[in-house]
Amino acid sequence: MSQPLRAPLEIGFDYTRSLGPTLSQFMTALAGRRILGSRAADGRVHAPPFEYDPVTFAAPGTLVEVGPEGTVVGWSWAPQPLEGQPLAHPFAWALIRLDGADTAMLHAVDAGSAEAMRTGMRVRVRWAGSPVGSICDIACFEPCPAPERAPHMEPAAPAEPEPEAPPPGSPPPGPPELVTMVTTPVRLHYEHTASAGESRFLAGLADGRLLGERCPVCGQVYIPPRGACPTDGVPTTEEVELADVGTVTTFCVVNVPYPGQRVTPPYVAAAILLDGADIPFQHLVLGCEPAEVRMGMRVRAVWRPREQWGTTPENIDHFRPADEPDAPYESYARHL
Amino acid sequence: MTDVAVIGFAQSPCVRRGDGTTSGVEMLVPIFQEVLRSTGLARGDIGFWCSGSSDYLAGRAFSFVQAVDAIGAFPPIMESHVEMDGAWALYEAWVKILTGDADIALAYGFGKSSAGDLRRVLALQLDPYLLAPLWPDSVAIAALQARLGIEAGLWSEKEMAEVAARSRAAAISNPQAQLSGEISAEELLDQPYVADPLRAHDCAPVGDGAAVVILAAGDRARELCPRPAWITGFEHRIDSPSLGARDLTTAPSAAAAARAAGTPGRASGASDHDAAASDRAAGASDLDVAELHAPFTHQEILLRGALGLGDGVRVNPSGGPLCGNPMFAAGLARIGSAAREIMSGRADRALGHATSGPALQQNLVCVMEAR
Repeated sequence: MSQPLRAPLEIGFDYTRSLGPTLSQFMTALAGRRILGSRAADGRVHAPPFEYDPVTFAAPGTLVEVGPEGTVVGWSWAPQPLEGQPLAHPFAWALIRLDGADTAMLHAVDAGSAEAMRTGMRVRVRWAGSPVGSICDIACFEPCPAPERAPHMEPAAPAEPEPEAPPPGSPPPGPPELVTMVTTPVRLHYEHTASAGESRFLAGLADGRLLGERCPVCGQVYIPPRGACPTDGVPTTEEVELADVGTVTTFCVVNVPYPGQRVTPPYVAAAILLDGADIPFQHLVLGCEPAEVRMGMRVRAVWRPREQWGTTPENIDHFRPADEPDAPYESYARHL
Repeated sequence: MTDVAVIGFAQSPCVRRGDGTTSGVEMLVPIFQEVLRSTGLARGDIGFWCSGSSDYLAGRAFSFVQAVDAIGAFPPIMESHVEMDGAWALYEAWVKILTGDADIALAYGFGKSSAGDLRRVLALQLDPYLLAPLWPDSVAIAALQARLGIEAGLWSEKEMAEVAARSRAAAISNPQAQLSGEISAEELLDQPYVADPLRAHDCAPVGDGAAVVILAAGDRARELCPRPAWITGFEHRIDSPSLGARDLTTAPSAAAAARAAGTPGRASGASDHDAAASDRAAGASDLDVAELHAPFTHQEILLRGALGLGDGVRVNPSGGPLCGNPMFAAGLARIGSAAREIMSGRADRALGHATSGPALQQNLVCVMEAR
């Protein structure tokens, strides 16, 4: 096989984190469409707030409200937004110093084009339609309609109505309850590459064969092949075909149900040492009561119908008792 | 204190997309063999092994464990891991030798960035409450930093392109480089922005690779290497993770690490212009060469100032990370490349630098000399 096998690998998890006293206040305020900062010992206001003063390490006192407008102190242009970013169309990333703050907040500015962006421009917050107490409650920032003038000098020009968000300053959608947790969904997309040895192993499975590899130094046979001998650190190159019969070296009874489970508990997951191999691999032992499974038990692979075979260990549905006398302990004692 | 030296270095080719797995074994086995051969050591001579890599890059948990297969960990070895660039693994290895627990130690780093979308993966190193939920990608943050410096008059797009052009020309002599060639700054500036104000040449290429460095103590180093690169200072520092609360046009942690490691660094609070002038006068000039881990062109200019490098210091003769930036290996490769300048006799005093985090948040400096 010239090219290793590759397959998509999708990772998804929702990080759930407790916020602590300072960020709880900050996130609770966001849910009420207000932005808070913390005042440092040197008098500077940090927005977002720090949890510990960067100089004195003291926790902040009462948080102070800042914004909802601010000034861009730096920016870059995102011509092709990536998954998860605040806007799906081209936008600017900007460091925004909110009115009343001395530090800047990183967020998106929906400016339409890079030509509309400049350092020093005035922007205001655009709230998300349904705030939950997350930094994403700020959908993004948008250019203020009268960017050259401070807002108190004269009334701002009427803004285009935002269909999905209430106008700035409107009351919060409900009574603010203290937000103490935040959930961040993470979705990552990979292409997993099997090693050359694993690729040969998987291709062998598609032909109904079990292929291991032998270390040229110590002679141990590894299945699936690992590319290098973990004992000697040299590439394993000699291919060895193994029988689909082996010995249970150890096992456990799975009693706990979980999402995506293929077999209804209780069932047995076992380490099986195939005849001729020096390392056990894990598979299911079915076809008998879990209580009958034991160390030394001889088991045989039960293959799925040939038309269902692919480059996957699932070609073997499970192992079943081989109806042979148990292997003596000495025969697998080195492989526990 | 025990004298410790770099006595060996090897690096895999930096490639856009390798055929190997995220475990790194395929990249590591050949460079372990190369570095052991070059030092005349056997695996059993290594008293301590330490790796740098990341599960987020691999997309699976405990991904570094399988890399140990490349070592041949039997009989059992003394081994450790950092979820950082291999440069920080080298720091741990150096400390291990200083404690007397080992006299020879090996650090390695590896990364297969091509498995995922690196720009998004790196968003997950940010503040998990205030930044990561917005998925600000690594290029966007670097671009913010670049514009801040441009508008402050600290560097220009032309000077940034000149860094890229010089790096690619230097990489012609580096067979492991991912990018190399003669190209003018003017030609580079004709290219479109990828994240205004950054163009493609301003950003290190995404790719796969691995690196390994061997350290030895005192007489062992002298026995094993005709011209060891003796470590005279090895320090790392970190700045605030809050991107909006620190001045992104400076790298105080880089300057502090350099000062602690025995090079001038830039005095805290001094302006860039004052610092550059005084540093040229003061003594970073006794460095012959510096390998800087600056994944973006403007960051090399920023680091030269922060580290106090004068015009006489050769920077990134390997081509640097702009010509090959395998995550979790490129910082270690900077130290290895700097050490190689000493071991080969091309330099008497060299600095290797590594960075981690967004916008040069974390910085490590290793200063080495010939004796």
